[in-house]
Amino acid sequence: MQIGSADYQTLVKRFSKNSRTAKNTLNAFWTGGLICILGQALLDLFDSQKHLTHDEAVAAVTVVLVLLSALATGAGLYKPVAKFAGAGTLIPVTGFANAVVSAGLEFRSEGLVTGLGIKLFTIAGPVIVYGSAASFIYGVILWIIKTLA
Amino acid sequence: MKRKKRGTILFSSPPSIIANAAVVGKTEGEGPLAAHFDAICQDDRFCEKTWEKAEASLQKQTLSTAIKKAGLSADDIDMLFSGDLLNQCVASGYCARDMRIPFFGLYGACSTMAEALTLAAVMTGGGYAERAAAVTSSHFCTAERQFRFPLEYGGQRTPTSQRTVTGCGAAILSRTRKPPYILCCTPGRVVDLGIKDINNMGAAMAPAACDTLVSFFSDTGLSPSSFDLILTGDLGAAGADLLLETAERAGISLRSNYDDCGRMIFDSRAQDTHSGGSGCGCSGAVICSYVLNQMRIGKIASVLFVGTGALMSPTVLNQKESIPCIAHAVYISNSTAFKGG
Repeated sequence: MQIGSADYQTLVKRFSKNSRTAKNTLNAFWTGGLICILGQALLDLFDSQKHLTHDEAVAAVTVVLVLLSALATGAGLYKPVAKFAGAGTLIPVTGFANAVVSAGLEFRSEGLVTGLGIKLFTIAGPVIVYGSAASFIYGVILWIIKTLA
Repeated sequence: MKRKKRGTILFSSPPSIIANAAVVGKTEGEGPLAAHFDAICQDDRFCEKTWEKAEASLQKQTLSTAIKKAGLSADDIDMLFSGDLLNQCVASGYCARDMRIPFFGLYGACSTMAEALTLAAVMTGGGYAERAAAVTSSHFCTAERQFRFPLEYGGQRTPTSQRTVTGCGAAILSRTRKPPYILCCTPGRVVDLGIKDINNMGAAMAPAACDTLVSFFSDTGLSPSSFDLILTGDLGAAGADLLLETAERAGISLRSNYDDCGRMIFDSRAQDTHSGGSGCGCSGAVICSYVLNQMRIGKIASVLFVGTGALMSPTVLNQKESIPCIAHAVYISNSTAFKGG
């Protein structure tokens, strides 16, 4: 007899291997940590430059990490690293850069406007949308607290 | 031609597969079946500018090779049944544009090879075509950009996910009496047990394969031991295990002579392909190389091929729908003697 849907879901769970969460988490932790160390080293370097304010140094770190990630994506180096690192490369700004650049490379074949232009933020779009929305909400909350205080 | 209760078509004059060809990409050419393919293309772009054109070119090269192996020209083929995974089946459409053969475009996801073989067999077996071609292709790079992520996007995949095969299989069917023959076909019904995970398509498709096997064996009176090989395409490792289990519960024991095209085409450990291959080029390339070649040299005498397809689209999956699946069975044998009921 054909098996029922609920029974089958149980069977599928039993037969489907799960991702190796412990290993993936550990790898994500140390690779992500390495990227953060690199970011910190860059920040220290930029902070030591007299012509940069601290805010400018912070912005410069982001620019450099995004550039490195974009170049690595274009050279085909990012993907194998990310396969190993998982969230370690996804969570820092490197993940955002990769999402934008990989989409740009992929959809260039459909034209600059109808391909690249439309699809550039196909993966990174939600980050921008909800990032902006969240910062707006936090801004409002901060304003209310400051007004009341 | 006879039609059985659950839909199985028995051919009174079984059409024969007079030629077959398979062309694959680089990764597939590094797999265990490498020696059986007609060509392994080192350049996955097939000298074209876009991936879609590359897949069309792959299809054209495979079909041309099969036609040539049959000692024919494109004008000798009365009908072309072909399909791929792309929206509007563009690889098949562009291949058919250049080949100038009367064309039917098919979409059955990974089951398309079984679908194409069934329809080509009905047309030739029924006398409506002297010769018909069945072709399916898939390409890793076209499938990724349509169904998943950009190629260079860095992410991790689950162990149950499958890798879309860059490959194409083509078979030429004819009314000539020469083995191997297609003795009967069981068109499948769509089965959906509520699986929604795009990374576990084997699990979604296994119940469809089981359903079609039940129909096939009940219609024909045959048993799994009547075959040298029972082959699904492409459930992958996880899906194949699920099929063995669900089939066992339905009273069909497949343990001794069963395999799956998705499991065969890659060495999943060495090539890191997780659950195995998928895409209609997977079963297409395995059937039209290893399987039919082994039949031609007599190493395998009878095959039950069950092509399985997950009829999903990313749009509908984002709407939280489950994956409807289908499986068609095709009985291929070196003898025209049908021992069933």
